[in-house]
Parts: sequence; structure tokens; C-alpha cells
Amino acid sequence: MRHAVSVFCAWLERTPLSHQLQTIEWVIPAVQTLHLLAIAALMGATLVLNLRLLGVASADVPVARVSRRFLPVVKVSLAVLLATGAVMIAAEPERSLLNLAFQVKMALLTGVVLLTAATTRPLRRRPEFWGDSPARRRLAGASAVLSSGLWVAVLCAGRWIAYVRVQ
Amino acid sequence: MTIAALDLTELFQRLHDTRWAAVLRENDSAFPWVECLHVLAITLVVGSISVLDLRLLGLAWRDRPVGRVLRDILPITWIAFALAAVSGFLLFASNAPTYARNPFLQAKMGLLLLAGVNMTAFHLWSRRNLPEWESEPRTPFRARLAGAVSLLCWVGIVAAGRWIGFTIVSHP
Repeated sequence: MRHAVSVFCAWLERTPLSHQLQTIEWVIPAVQTLHLLAIAALMGATLVLNLRLLGVASADVPVARVSRRFLPVVKVSLAVLLATGAVMIAAEPERSLLNLAFQVKMALLTGVVLLTAATTRPLRRRPEFWGDSPARRRLAGASAVLSSGLWVAVLCAGRWIAYVRVQ
Repeated sequence: MTIAALDLTELFQRLHDTRWAAVLRENDSAFPWVECLHVLAITLVVGSISVLDLRLLGLAWRDRPVGRVLRDILPITWIAFALAAVSGFLLFASNAPTYARNPFLQAKMGLLLLAGVNMTAFHLWSRRNLPEWESEPRTPFRARLAGAVSLLCWVGIVAAGRWIGFTIVSHP
């Protein structure tokens, strides 16, 4: 598996696209700036959603409405993050794909995306789903805390890609 | 002028020479962790303030009164900003004389100042008669201006901040 990824990295690194990305100096900082702005949008949207699930903020707005408003922001931000992330991978494949911090980041990301889908999906059929019983409310609160924690972990793992050495 | 400049240079050197600045320079994981905190704080500042800016521009959350959005958002923004300022100061101190000379750091501080002036102007001038217009989807020009300036400042601050990392090679 690792060998296959190494071969893929070596190939990707030699493509003209990767070469272009490495030689034009401003491309990577600009793409990283976009990546950061998308993280900002995503963190803002998920924080509002999670605070509402916890019942801490905008308690006067139904959970389903907050979700309808902010979930599209999460989706668009994720699309921008995947696109800008792909550019960074294309520019320096080995630095990312073979990096432990990157692999941890992707695992955490998969987890939190699944968690977000699991908490927002039931609202489509039943807007009051998370308010139905005290047990449901506690579950919604726990999932909100876990979700915010996971997003913070994804962000930290992302920053650590620059510091973890690829052997 | 020279005296003031001299004092600043000396101040930056003294920051650099503190024991905790040395820890940030020499410990392999201290700097990245403070950086994580800084990035987290900045994304929360930008993520929260942009909701307010977009509402002021009439582009988002149009059915929620501006005053409500202010009360929902600003506490998050201020807590996050405090975190960003403290963590940013620590990162700066780790190599103060070098950072102080960096044009992108200088641009970032300039934009931060502009964002502060814009915020003050908003509270003193733009939000005048807030109750009269806060429920309108379309806000007065002065409120839209404040939203636009703030949004541009913060995009610039993030960009300048990211460029600092590419122009100072004190860490791998």
C-alpha cells in the first residue's frame, strides 16, 4: 500500500501540472489562504450549528432551521477545502500523502463528516427530532461537543503536516 | 523618531531574549501547537465576523434583525480575537526582530488597525438608529460599507498572515 502511494507520489511530482505549481511562487500561499478562508467559513457554520444543538446560542430559532441555513455553508466550504487541498497535494505529493499528520487528518475528517450527516439527516424528515425527549437532547449535545472537538483536531492535524517529517 | 525606533528595536530584542520565547524557538512542538491555537482562533474570528458582515451587506441571514446577529456573533468573535492576539504575540515574540521587519506582518498589523477603526466607526456612526432598520433585508449604505470594509480587511489579514510563513524561514 505504502509502496503504491510512493509510486503515485513520484509520478504526480513529475507531471507538468505539479511542476508548474512548484515553480510559480505565489500559487501555494494563495491556495492556502483560500483553504484558510474556507476553514473559517466551515468553523463558523459548524460552531453556530453545534452551539444551537447544545441549546447555548440562538435558542429562539428551531434546530432544523439553523441546520437548513448553515449546512449548505459547510458543504460549499468542504468542496473548496477538497479542491484547494488537492492543489496542495499535486504541488507536493510526498509531503502530504505519506505524512502521518495528513493521514490522521483524513481519518478524523471522515469521522466528523459522517457524524455531521448523522445529526442533520434526521431533521429532514422530522424537524423536532433532537428535541423529542431529554435523552435525544443529551445525545444531540454530546454529538455537538464531539463534532466541535473533531473539527479542532482536524485543524491541528492540518497545521502539523508542515512539521511532521516524512520518512 | 530615531529614539522611538531604537526603543522598539531594543524592545523586540528583549522579547526575543525572554525565556518563554526561547522555549518557543527551541522546543520542537511548542511553536506548532501555539500556531494551531492561532489558526483556530483566527478562523473563528473570521468565520463569526463574516456572518455579521454578510448580514450588514444584506447577503445572508436577511430575516434575522441585525441587533440579534450582533448579540449572537460578537461574543464568539471577541473571545476568539483575544485568543488570536495572545497566541499571535507569542509567535511574534519567538523571533520578534525578524518578524518586525517582515513586510507581510507589517501589512497584517496595518489591516488589523484598519479593521479596528472600521469597527469603531460602525459602533459610533453606522449603527445609528439601529432599531429603525435592523429588520430590513437591505441595510443603509453606511452599514453595507462597514460590512464590506470589515470583510476585505479580514481576508487581507488571513492572506498576509499566511504569507508571513512563506517569507520567514525560522522553522522547517
